[in-house]
Amino acid sequence: MIRSLVAPVLAAGLLLTTACTDNTAASGDARTMSVKASDTACEVSSVEAPSGTLTFKVTNEGSKINEFYLLGEDGLRIVAEVENIGPGLTRDLVLSAPAGTYFTACKPGMVGEGIRGDFTVTDSGEDVGPKGEDAELVAEADKQYASYVRDQVDQLVTKTEQFATLVKERKDDEARAMYADARVHWERVETVAESFGDLDPQMDAREADLEAGDEFTGWHRLEKDLWPARAEGYTAMTDAERATVADKLVADTATLYDRTRDMTFTASDIANGAKGLLDEVATGKVTGEEEYWSRTDLWDFQANVDGAKVAWEGLRPLLQRKDSALDGQIEKAFASLQALLDKHRDGEGFVTYDKLSEDDIKQLADAVNTLSEPLSKMAGAILS
Amino acid sequence: MSGLSRRGLFGAAGAGTAAAGALALSMAAGKPAEKEPHASDAYPYYGAHQGGIVTPAQDRMHFAAFDVADGIDREALIGLLTDWTDAAARMTQGGSAGELDAMSGNYDSPPEDTGEAYDLPPSGLTITFGFGPSLFVDGSGADRFGIATRRPAALERLPHFVADNLNPSLSDGDLCIQACAHDPQVAVHAVRNLTRIAFGRAVLKWSQLGFGRTSSTSVDQVTARNLFGFKDGTMGLRGEQKAMIDEHVWVPDGADPAAEWLEGGSYLVARKIKMQIETWDRAPMREQENIVGRTKREGAPLSGGVEFDQPDFALEGRGGVPIMDVDSHVTLAHPDHNDGVHMLRRGYNYVDGNDDLGRLSAGLFFIAFVTDPRTHYIPMQSRMSRNDLMMEYLQHIGSGLWAVPPGVAEGEFVGQALFA
Ligand SMILES: [Cu+2]
Repeated sequence: MIRSLVAPVLAAGLLLTTACTDNTAASGDARTMSVKASDTACEVSSVEAPSGTLTFKVTNEGSKINEFYLLGEDGLRIVAEVENIGPGLTRDLVLSAPAGTYFTACKPGMVGEGIRGDFTVTDSGEDVGPKGEDAELVAEADKQYASYVRDQVDQLVTKTEQFATLVKERKDDEARAMYADARVHWERVETVAESFGDLDPQMDAREADLEAGDEFTGWHRLEKDLWPARAEGYTAMTDAERATVADKLVADTATLYDRTRDMTFTASDIANGAKGLLDEVATGKVTGEEEYWSRTDLWDFQANVDGAKVAWEGLRPLLQRKDSALDGQIEKAFASLQALLDKHRDGEGFVTYDKLSEDDIKQLADAVNTLSEPLSKMAGAILS
Repeated sequence: MSGLSRRGLFGAAGAGTAAAGALALSMAAGKPAEKEPHASDAYPYYGAHQGGIVTPAQDRMHFAAFDVADGIDREALIGLLTDWTDAAARMTQGGSAGELDAMSGNYDSPPEDTGEAYDLPPSGLTITFGFGPSLFVDGSGADRFGIATRRPAALERLPHFVADNLNPSLSDGDLCIQACAHDPQVAVHAVRNLTRIAFGRAVLKWSQLGFGRTSSTSVDQVTARNLFGFKDGTMGLRGEQKAMIDEHVWVPDGADPAAEWLEGGSYLVARKIKMQIETWDRAPMREQENIVGRTKREGAPLSGGVEFDQPDFALEGRGGVPIMDVDSHVTLAHPDHNDGVHMLRRGYNYVDGNDDLGRLSAGLFFIAFVTDPRTHYIPMQSRMSRNDLMMEYLQHIGSGLWAVPPGVAEGEFVGQALFA
């Protein structure tokens, strides 16, 4: 049975739950608190808990959207929070808390300073790691990552302009030589670029991603024209068509540049971005679907991994304090994946996807899984 | 256990009909249908509509698509449909595919029935037949069976949707059969024997096994979970919503002057949707619930309440952002955002082993019955394939559309009116 045996507090009257046996959330667990949040009250089942991993099961019994906070001794610092709890819903807040004095607060309607209560975490002797400088480490990670994004987009702008010129001048050999190298900068920050829902389909859509009536533009449109070998009955683009698509790609890249100048990132953005880049590898690159015409998937693969690695490195000081075992696992998995990728290097770049054997691909896919699994746990670990 | 089984059905047909009648009677009397599926369930084969549409969704499915063999003419096609109808009528009542049961007959001949369901009760088996666009006009434009002028205007191959990655060998077909039962062996037995009956007249093009119904088609059924772990089809139509079913599922009289034969029938949309379950499993719970628009545990809309409460799409959370993401699965699929159309969904989970990269080949075999795909499926799927946040984890790999003729009267064959 995968189904959670924890009976929802709220629905007790509505749902006749079938016989549950080992109800772990029962009152016996001193680290699990239930919170009844209404429009006027915030009842926490216990005002103290032993240090360690605490769970607040917050049920919104009111009619407004509610939020629940655990605040530091000063009543200002947010230790942990859960937002957007719709009326009638229950959400768990899980965090790791050292001994100290805290406040609990519900914020019905998401306004005001909330309905507060005292909360004490007693010393259980369990090591929950140092606290206090997390915010500084997050700020440092944000600074690093934002500057990495800006730098990659800078380079993308320059190389896209060069590539577009080559395409328009029909210097196809040079354009082909430049294609993968320019795209590396896109792929390194792909999850950021994809967060702009209007730009991504214009710049990076594959033909199958479109439906009748959609215009096929961007990188892959030019890719197909430069590598038409696998395209059945293909009609080459005219000079005018090439110019239109190439100019639009340059213009869209300029828009991306503008939008990434003052972006900021939370720890969760960075961590989930790293995981997202590995998802991109798993669904598009390792299968050879991304660069269908040029077969330059391994360039993209490496670039996604580069971007994920930078994100992880920025968060490492925090992660090492929160969960050094997880950090070690990620480090090892990055190294194994890189070693495998290096086997397929060829000169400045890589062999094309069609040169990989089934066995090579399987090994790469396994290494991606080995890295993705711990990487997906990073956000939860640094936010607890 | 009931006395119904595929053993020695000589003379037992009456018992099957009686049991089916009793079930129909208990439903007509306003009593709720039995909550728990029973092996002895036998749904009537003959009636105004084919079974397997508003029938409470059974737990297992075997779906199959066929192409009519070369050289088969109108008469031979009618012969096949007649033989299929007779076999379906028997099997749904717990009987054998042939007139003789699996263990009887000439000792020097192979048995008429393949035998694997010999000891098994009816198990709620329903068999639903459908006619694809290519039955009317084939790939080369030929009207093989003299029915081209009677093709319903809505029966056209579905358009290419954004990000479709369809495999031709998992798509389309001149004919389809949906066999559903509580017991997978009973469903497989049905498709296997119908395939055997068709040899020389129609060939199996592709087929799909499904388990763990992901839809509820009766108010007595709890909403089942799909392989993403979420309750699926909360908003789907239930068989008891008679007025809604009439409006959104059956083809009404006068719908299409060329295709009067389809009145009282429906359209079956099938989509094989591969789910990237490995990457989904790495998505934070926050993202999973936001994508779906419901809580994972209860299936309640994120705007609050319990599972069957209507979502509040206007409710704003932190920062003035709608608490139901505008591109969440529930938001985009909701009738409020689809001109008020509803679908009767009847999908199943599937796992076809694994791929070469060690990933489960898993997903959802989506089936919906609708009154007209042009209003009730295509516009919604166009929007969803373009905007649904869940598309990040989905890939549509198979597709088909079939017209489902109305029910069969005793002595008729399925779709008879088309050939009249
Ligand atoms: Cu969807």
